[in-house]
Amino acid sequence: MPPPDQAALAAAPRFAAALREALGPAGVITDPVALRPYESDGLTAYRQVPLAVALPRSTAEVAAALRIAHESGIKVVPRGSGTSLSGGALPLADGLLLGLGKLNRILEIDLPNRCAVVQPGVTNLAISHAVAADGYYYAPDPSSQIACSIGGNVAENSGGVHCLKYGLTTNNLLGLEIVLITGEVLRIGGRHLDAGLYDILGLMTGSEGLLGVVTEVTVRLLKKPETARAMMAGFASSEAAGAAVAAIIGAGIIPAGMEMMDRPAIHAAEDFVHAGYPLEAEALLIVELDGPKVEVDDLIARVGAIVASHGGSGLRVSESEAERLTIWAGRKAAFPAVGRISPDYYCMDGTIPRGRLPEVLRRMTQLSAQYGLRVANVFHAGDGNLHPLILYDANKPGELEAAEAFGSDILRLCVEVGGVLTGEHGVGVEKRDLMPTMFGEVDLNQQQRVKCAFDADLLLNPGKVFPTLRRCAELGAMHVRGGQLPHPDLPRF
Amino acid sequence: MQVLNPTTEAELGEMVAAAHAADAPLEIAGQGSKADWGRAVALPTRLCLAGLAGIRDYAPAELVLTAGAGTSLRDIRRAVASEGQHLAFEPPDLGPLFGKAPDDSTIGGVIATNLSGSRRPFAGAARDFFLGFRAVNGRGELFKAGGKVVKNVTGYDLPKLLAGSFGTLGAMAEVTLKIVPAPETSLSLVLIGQDLVAAQAAMTAALGSNADPTGAVYLPDGMAGHHPSLAGHVGAGSATVLRLEGSAASIAYRRGELERICAGPSMYLDHHESTAFWIECGALQALLPMRDAAIWLLSVPPAGGADVVLALRRLLPDCRYMMDWGGGRIWLAVPGTAPDAHGSAIRGVLVDGGHATLIRAGQQQRGGDHVFQPEAPIDLLRRLRRSFDPKCLFNRGRLHSEL
Repeated sequence: MPPPDQAALAAAPRFAAALREALGPAGVITDPVALRPYESDGLTAYRQVPLAVALPRSTAEVAAALRIAHESGIKVVPRGSGTSLSGGALPLADGLLLGLGKLNRILEIDLPNRCAVVQPGVTNLAISHAVAADGYYYAPDPSSQIACSIGGNVAENSGGVHCLKYGLTTNNLLGLEIVLITGEVLRIGGRHLDAGLYDILGLMTGSEGLLGVVTEVTVRLLKKPETARAMMAGFASSEAAGAAVAAIIGAGIIPAGMEMMDRPAIHAAEDFVHAGYPLEAEALLIVELDGPKVEVDDLIARVGAIVASHGGSGLRVSESEAERLTIWAGRKAAFPAVGRISPDYYCMDGTIPRGRLPEVLRRMTQLSAQYGLRVANVFHAGDGNLHPLILYDANKPGELEAAEAFGSDILRLCVEVGGVLTGEHGVGVEKRDLMPTMFGEVDLNQQQRVKCAFDADLLLNPGKVFPTLRRCAELGAMHVRGGQLPHPDLPRF
Repeated sequence: MQVLNPTTEAELGEMVAAAHAADAPLEIAGQGSKADWGRAVALPTRLCLAGLAGIRDYAPAELVLTAGAGTSLRDIRRAVASEGQHLAFEPPDLGPLFGKAPDDSTIGGVIATNLSGSRRPFAGAARDFFLGFRAVNGRGELFKAGGKVVKNVTGYDLPKLLAGSFGTLGAMAEVTLKIVPAPETSLSLVLIGQDLVAAQAAMTAALGSNADPTGAVYLPDGMAGHHPSLAGHVGAGSATVLRLEGSAASIAYRRGELERICAGPSMYLDHHESTAFWIECGALQALLPMRDAAIWLLSVPPAGGADVVLALRRLLPDCRYMMDWGGGRIWLAVPGTAPDAHGSAIRGVLVDGGHATLIRAGQQQRGGDHVFQPEAPIDLLRRLRRSFDPKCLFNRGRLHSEL
């Protein structure tokens, strides 16, 4: 982050007073001790105490806070539950942290239209809980779903284990209320599908808090599948497991979830939860199928045959809900399991064309030796989203830096084989400097021009996503100053 | 009209850069099958992207296909069908509606109009399967966005923005799509003779059931009979058609679920008949005889579709309609020569949200800003448009007088 703006620091008391007037004294935090809990999100290697925290209780208060910040020239970092794994909600020393946690109500459940209208601070899982008794759920299920907020899910376009079949957040939204940095409130979409003209809903989703602040979300609800069954099998190599995955999709089957773990991850998970994972295997494949029982039973048999014919051994199929949960237990606990065998770990999130997996794993093993750091891999095998967990000890001088360098090399490798830097965690502050490995200058300039269309003064979440902040004037964006267009002679129709 | 026919990205970039230097607006087109959709504007030069054709990469096991934007939809459909896969958003063929040759779209045109068919509420829209692109912006710069893998959140999701932008943000050279396995088989239940309200109730119940339909359309009295696949079965009566797709075993179970919900006279279309019916449905077979009517496309909250139709019929007794998406999509044929094709009256009905787009009308009915119904303030859309195309060269005026 660049050095803090001294003018912003000097204006802080006046700014806080204006905020207090708009939000009430309980809605603004400036006490240094009370600010401390907001210093980081899920990427705890980065910490920064914000200038102030605002906790609005309504769309009107969000709009007021943004308007005041805009008029004062103060930067704003929006935050949901603070579970970002890419530093998306990392505060700025000279910026306001806008916490949306008080906007935590489910406003309406509309089952005939199969949707729910919720405020951004509602947790992902709370939506599914609210409609479970009626047999519905909200499909995207990031692993932090018990804590992460739907507003944060929109900002990050969060995924989860089931997004191979049911899509990411962007595929499960119907409408948004958005407040722009100027305080202007937009309502996009609703209970109907697809935009009239430009898809602002699609653009906002995954924009990492750089374009606007989400104050209301309309999500699609799906009917809960009648049954779900899981199976698992060990493989002697990641190549064999990868071939089985390709064959399953090649047979026209899109499982609800398809996960792979490598040997270090299998061992860590098994030591932690004792799920009965095969310790001699080089790769473990977990496949879940859901739908009507007759369909699931049929698919379980077909997938089982494919797995066996590709060398899968120790095949176990869940015969009960308890067994299904046991099969998943190790995978779902993979991160804390790795946390047990190492003081610290660093979770990466690249996506690769699945066919390149063996090569990527091989080179990752070489990098592991080169950096002297262990790595465990969990992998959303169906969609090629890789989560290498780099094991390190932050108390050993240089290890954090080595882990970060190792992580960057892995992501460069993902791009080199035709993949991308991030599948579901976002770029944030973590991967912004790697953006040029995937995008050229023209590509990045075009993206930043889109930013300028929403936030010409670059006040919303600056320092995230883009390696270099380009001023809008420099990018040749068109500014309207005092109602004067730059080329008044051009026909405007 | 001058026509530019680039065959490489580099040529495309040079042509746009020259237009930028000369302040010369360009009509962006593929095969031109949807050239009459949008405000009637006559631009002196057409930039035809049909020459940027060909499937560049198709990896069925990765569920990803990359092709030139000018590749014909026909070629893509054929390639993916040979691997047992399909475009799940089921792009309909609007050629006949516009009085053009059938089956003559390019994939770029389908994406640029975010054109999705009857499976959209269940599988997603064109925009949901659009993973990445290479395009030339209004400055003549070649840029890319998105990626070539199915799961990616790196940078802004510009593919979403370009989908449905009618070429106004970039001239696309290459598109990458998510392709998924096609269902093994299908079956459609036809409920014969339901009135609008009963049909809406049946569709809403079916969509909220474990029958898991992937199509729910209502063709009122006199409309269903225009479908060759239904002719002889429904006479002059109405048809509510619910589609099931998947494995034979799964369909056998789910049809039982449907039958539990739906009462009254019915029949089934087998896989072959069902496939034919849904293709006809996408091509708006039932509305084709209304040659001179203005055609509107409404997107509304699905459970309220019948209420919207009832209100529309009170206002415009001569209109004909069909409902798709379980009530969420209404195709409306409005006769007459009203200058706005009754746009303001139609939009006045959408009290529960939604939008209406004029898809087809005579030139004199497509002059104003009633053709599209933007959801965001036009100021923001204009800034966005200019962030890609500062001189508004691409399809200038096609969407709105200020875009």
